[in-house]
Amino acid sequence: MINFGFSINRPRTIDIDRNNLRKSNEIIREMPELQACIGCGSCTATCTAGNLTEFNFRKVHTLVRRGEYQGAYEEMNKCMLCGKCRLVCPRGINTRGIVMLIKRKLGDF
Amino acid sequence: MKHVIVIGGGVAGMQCASELLRQGLAVTIIEKEQDLGGKVRNWHKLFPTFTPADEVLSAMRHRLKISNNLKIRTGCQATTITANSVTLCSGEELKCDATVIATGFTLFDAQIKEEYGYGIYDNVITSAELEQMFNENNVHLAHGGTPKRIAILHCVGSRDEKVCQRHCSKVCCVTGVKQAIELKKLFPAADVFNFYMDIRMFGPGYEEMYREAQTAYNVHFVRGRISEVSPTFNSQLQIKAEDTLTGRPLKMSVDMLVLLIGMKSNEHNITLRNECNLLAQPSGFMQPQDSFIGNVTSNVDGIFYAGTITAPKNVGESINEGTAAARAVIEWLNKH
Repeated sequence: MINFGFSINRPRTIDIDRNNLRKSNEIIREMPELQACIGCGSCTATCTAGNLTEFNFRKVHTLVRRGEYQGAYEEMNKCMLCGKCRLVCPRGINTRGIVMLIKRKLGDF
Repeated sequence: MKHVIVIGGGVAGMQCASELLRQGLAVTIIEKEQDLGGKVRNWHKLFPTFTPADEVLSAMRHRLKISNNLKIRTGCQATTITANSVTLCSGEELKCDATVIATGFTLFDAQIKEEYGYGIYDNVITSAELEQMFNENNVHLAHGGTPKRIAILHCVGSRDEKVCQRHCSKVCCVTGVKQAIELKKLFPAADVFNFYMDIRMFGPGYEEMYREAQTAYNVHFVRGRISEVSPTFNSQLQIKAEDTLTGRPLKMSVDMLVLLIGMKSNEHNITLRNECNLLAQPSGFMQPQDSFIGNVTSNVDGIFYAGTITAPKNVGESINEGTAAARAVIEWLNKH
């Protein structure tokens, strides 16, 4: 096929109707404290992995809650489980527990 | 006996009148509706304690003891106001020794934000209408049935210069969280999404209620203003927003959209400004003499303010201002 140099982007929109929220609901049911996130970014600001890579814990778990699982497992693998995020979270979320939970739930995704 | 006219019979006006009566003054309350109680009359429960609004109002009515010194004029509006006289729209002029303006606010007309489809789509309702439904114990979709997915949009007619309302209406955030919890209690299987710009939980117990909504009731909070609402083929509503915490556009269909309409200053404030020499703020709310030690006094000697005439306030703050205004009136009358 001749390559004319055009391509089609996948839509960037998060479509809640299309996304399968089953895993997301399971995660929230197991650790409802994740919903208490107020998006302050303290976790990402202290994150050792986030200082060296694109890893952004806040963004990944927010996307997971919206049913956007693509690449979330791989992202969570960047976490070194140092636990600094848990020390700073103003809502007392067990962030390291969340990382492990998301990895467990989305390992086969 | 000194005579004070209180304009507006909402919670601030009622509290102010009962304090003045207790101190032995004669009071006339002027209320435009047929009943005292103001906006609280249409509310079901009050945040953050879920106290029935009726309970607060009956306590207020109880405080306002019937006495020969109290006159209540319902169904009439005040036009021109001076420290010593109030002219009613019938043309009648009432004499007094001081006046308290407690005329409150106007609810923002959601139709002005046409993109949200209020008045166009059946299942777009305002927070005030939802309270009415709670009152009637009859929350349902326009054509019957119960909602499975509900969106609540914050800041409708607040913090929006496109509709000339730059100010924050203060109480809508808390109301939105309260209503989300009430909806989850009614429909535990439904998903409730709050679309917010900032969550401003300024009072005691509010932040705790917010957290409870998140963790105990699984209310979803998405930071981003809904940009537009459109109908779907199966008569749901499709909403679009940016999920600003992930930096991605977001869309979803919902069965019901609740608009948290803000507090707008009364049209009448323009008359107060133009004809009574009272100062107004850029938001249209009246300007108290000082924000710290003179917040119930106006720039005109003998005219006082109580409640949401000067800014959006919650019920407790308005009641407190009723007391504060009564104290200021008495202090002023003693000097004159």
